[in-house]
Amino acid sequence: MKLLNVSGSPHVHSDESTKRIMWRVNLALTPMLLVAIAFFGLNALLIACVSVLCCVLFQWLIEKFLMKVPSTICDGSAVVTGLLLAFNVPATREMIWLVAIGALVAIGIGKMSFGGLGKNPFNPALVGRVFMLISFPVQMTTWPRPLQGLLSIPTTDATTGATPLALFKENQLGATNDIMHYFLGQMGGSLGEVSALAILLGAIYLLCRKIITWHIPVSFIGTALIFSGILWLCDSTHFMDPLTTILTGGIMLGACFMATDMVTSPMTRKGQLIFGFGCGALTIIIRNWGNYPEGVSFAILLMNAATPLINRWCKPKRFAK
Amino acid sequence: MSGIWTAVLILSIIGAIFAVVLYFVAQKFKVVEDPLIDEIAEVLPGANCGGCGKAGCRAMAEAFVKQGNMDGLKCPAGGETVAKKVAELLGCTPEETEPQVAVVRCNGTCANAPAKTHYDGMQDCAFANSLYTGESGCVFGCLGLGNCARACQFDALKVDPETGLPVVDESKCVACGACVKACPRGIIELRNKGMKDRRVFVACRNKEKGGDARKACFAACIGCGKCAKTCPFGAITVENNLAYIDFNICKLCRKCVSECPTGAIHAVNFPPKVEKPAAPATAPEATAEKVEVKA
Amino acid sequence: MKTFAMGGVHPEENKISTEAVIEQFPLPKTAVVLMTQHLGAPATPCVAKGDKVKVGQLIGKAEAFMCANVHSPYSGTVAKIEGCKDAFGIVKPAIYINVEGDEWEPTIDRSATIVRECTLEPKAITEKLKEMGIVGLGGATFPAHIKYSIAPDKKAEYLIINAVECEPYLTSDHRVMMEHAEEICIGVSILRKALGVPNAYIGIENNKPGPIATMKAMAAQFEGIIVQPLKVKYPQGAEKQLINAITGRRVPSGKLPIDVGCVVSNVGTAFAVYEAIQKNKPLIQNILTVTGKKLPSQHNYQVRVGTTYADLIAHSIGTLPPTTGKIISGGPMMGKAVSNLDAPTTKGASSVLVIDESEASRAPESNCIRCGKCMNACPMGLEPYLFSALVKNDRIEEAGAHNILDCIECGCCFFSCPANKPLLDEIRLGKNKYRAIMMAKKK
Repeated sequence: MKLLNVSGSPHVHSDESTKRIMWRVNLALTPMLLVAIAFFGLNALLIACVSVLCCVLFQWLIEKFLMKVPSTICDGSAVVTGLLLAFNVPATREMIWLVAIGALVAIGIGKMSFGGLGKNPFNPALVGRVFMLISFPVQMTTWPRPLQGLLSIPTTDATTGATPLALFKENQLGATNDIMHYFLGQMGGSLGEVSALAILLGAIYLLCRKIITWHIPVSFIGTALIFSGILWLCDSTHFMDPLTTILTGGIMLGACFMATDMVTSPMTRKGQLIFGFGCGALTIIIRNWGNYPEGVSFAILLMNAATPLINRWCKPKRFAK
Repeated sequence: MSGIWTAVLILSIIGAIFAVVLYFVAQKFKVVEDPLIDEIAEVLPGANCGGCGKAGCRAMAEAFVKQGNMDGLKCPAGGETVAKKVAELLGCTPEETEPQVAVVRCNGTCANAPAKTHYDGMQDCAFANSLYTGESGCVFGCLGLGNCARACQFDALKVDPETGLPVVDESKCVACGACVKACPRGIIELRNKGMKDRRVFVACRNKEKGGDARKACFAACIGCGKCAKTCPFGAITVENNLAYIDFNICKLCRKCVSECPTGAIHAVNFPPKVEKPAAPATAPEATAEKVEVKA
Repeated sequence: MKTFAMGGVHPEENKISTEAVIEQFPLPKTAVVLMTQHLGAPATPCVAKGDKVKVGQLIGKAEAFMCANVHSPYSGTVAKIEGCKDAFGIVKPAIYINVEGDEWEPTIDRSATIVRECTLEPKAITEKLKEMGIVGLGGATFPAHIKYSIAPDKKAEYLIINAVECEPYLTSDHRVMMEHAEEICIGVSILRKALGVPNAYIGIENNKPGPIATMKAMAAQFEGIIVQPLKVKYPQGAEKQLINAITGRRVPSGKLPIDVGCVVSNVGTAFAVYEAIQKNKPLIQNILTVTGKKLPSQHNYQVRVGTTYADLIAHSIGTLPPTTGKIISGGPMMGKAVSNLDAPTTKGASSVLVIDESEASRAPESNCIRCGKCMNACPMGLEPYLFSALVKNDRIEEAGAHNILDCIECGCCFFSCPANKPLLDEIRLGKNKYRAIMMAKKK
């Protein structure tokens, strides 16, 4: 007979594991990927593939040759980073190779330089995205028009169009404003952010699986809605109406998938509400008074930086005082 | 052009104001300290191992200066060379001390003390010790989870994966005693290095009765007392079924080593005994090597 | 449905031995009775080698304050008085008995008649609990006479009987309630009298409809016994959580249940109290579950204290399945892994749980992903992930400042950790180190 095992209690474990959480997040991201392929054609698929493959490859290389630790690519976290990074870039042909640079920054600097999954203070995909936005501002803000036909191979980027946010910034959004189109995703934008419907599908799945809680998305979107609503009521000519605000740009994607990243968001419910509030407020501030038409990435990264402080401040309620 | 001059002027003024403020603040909060502390701290190894019993090397330097001499204060990590330098700075004579080395008093290797259970918990000796006997079933033996190796600041201790026991690298060990404190079972002892680095010691801590001790480990001291009877110098005492060799009395004659029925007494760094006079050729070469003799 | 305020998990229940009727376990040939079967100092042996003893005779006397009497569960001759390794390999003082026949002390009432009336005064009840060596059978084996001697400045308002049995697999309390409901209710009435409280609450989790119905029907015949069904959630059986679930009160940090007017006893203890007070039978046997998913049969036994684990396994299932990976004394969440099967059982033993090797090993540990699951699972509202980091970096006093000593070691944190970090191991180590630091400071 084999030797008996001895360990401290407990002797049973729930079937929870990091691997399962990450692959479930990947599953939740697939509706967005499908919508992106439908709207942007083969480019979207190629960008997603390159991004995911590069993230996994870079993580494997860094773990094997630099850190010399057993590989953790099977846990699916590199795939999550790759998908999220792909969802944050426009579906142009240049992006197919540019996203590889983003992946290197996301995995190399955003994640592995801190010691790998769980130790990164910032959301790796957003680190990659912001790096690309600052390094390649033109390419990162050239948006192809969606609905070019299913799996069509775009020959040129001639059909580019701006996002509703960019149009609004230049006072060109007006007659084309249609909430339903935004909800379904018929607008210019990054791969993953266009369809609020697909994002909600994924988010509901994550909520059901208890991988995320409602606190961050609700407080994020709620704050954005209320804040932009107040502004709109004050001056409806200068400020966007609140529904368009939350349905366009990256608020839905950011609130449901980027801000809810376990590693970089606070742990207590109270902390999560504060975190979501900060993200929402910063997003609206950057959108309306900043240089960039979109502020979700910066807002989340700023709040990521505040997460350790929030964690320190928002302690769980003790049972015994 | 005037813009540049304005900028330079403003920055210069700001710089000047800060310089003045900083100067006064520095004067106000100046800490008067004996410069000797810095000098001595410079001489000390700087590993902050805690072997001296102080919080770190800086605290030790302060203690030296405060006391003014070296009585009762010893930097085990620095050894004689550091002691001499400190003595020079303090202007006193260093205490003469015998150099020591950490000795692992357990021979419960995987072969001698086969595992009866498999430990599957946190890799920490102190925790495993609070949980149960350990894999071998010996309550006194090494758990092999490496608290001593992690405590060593000098990279002198490694757990050998083959035997499951820690091995001391004598060239690196400075006898700071960090491992002695880290071991929850008191297995590691600081012993005098001995003549030509030769030492004889009981590699066992088991205080159980002979039969019980042997159940867990074939190499356990069974407290039979043969060694104590053999020792011509009275260096060996047997208490609670366990023999102990006093390194201050032991003359390294090695009579006890061959007498021990379980091979619990280890003699290290002796040249291998010449079994038969017929093979003298190998003997002189072997003396150069450090060989551990295991009975 | 009532339950405790925060945290908790719901492990797979695996109550596969609920239908196994309690059997009498046969007497062994030789037996070892440990002198420390309770929390506190060991009892002092009061027999000598060669003495003849009867079942129920006092053999270990409680001399220290925190101690309990030990009685002989067997009749026969004292073979030797010597140390014996317990189930975890630690040597404890013990008395070895060669079993000869089964001759009981004549004072013990072995008939099947149930005695309802108890004329003893509260003071006399606690005296008798001490004499009979009764300890809490919920796991901690706290001497009962100390628990029921309430300090004059404290006042008990609630008596809570813990019949929650929130640990997976265990069914001994379940069976006792099904088969000895009346005795339990009498025992509860006696304890209620000893404390002088108006009501006793029996907390039972909702996954035991049988015992709830049986106990409700029986409790209706008694004054002041209320059966309180509770939502199924681990660790409801932990003292502080059970008090919270039933009364809504919270035991403050570092305080005892009596500080909020509560006394908690296990349902098994209530049964033992009945036998001790009404039938003069000391605590010499307990109900024990032998269970495991891969075992050919499941059992609940009434076992004399001092039977070895090896005997229990040999008699119940013959040999262990070849794929056995772990044997646990107690439940899978808080029980201890047995390393020495030749060790005798003690008063507090509640089960022998045989875990298959497919479930016996821990999965490899990975980085903390700061998901906060440990924190949300913690029924004490602590931060296990933080303790893990602090203990690993030897920042023990900081861990103490974050109330590491509040931890009840229920294991919910490790159970729910997706990174498989040995959180509870680290917390236990931290608690030990912190206690040592506090002791050193006091001196």
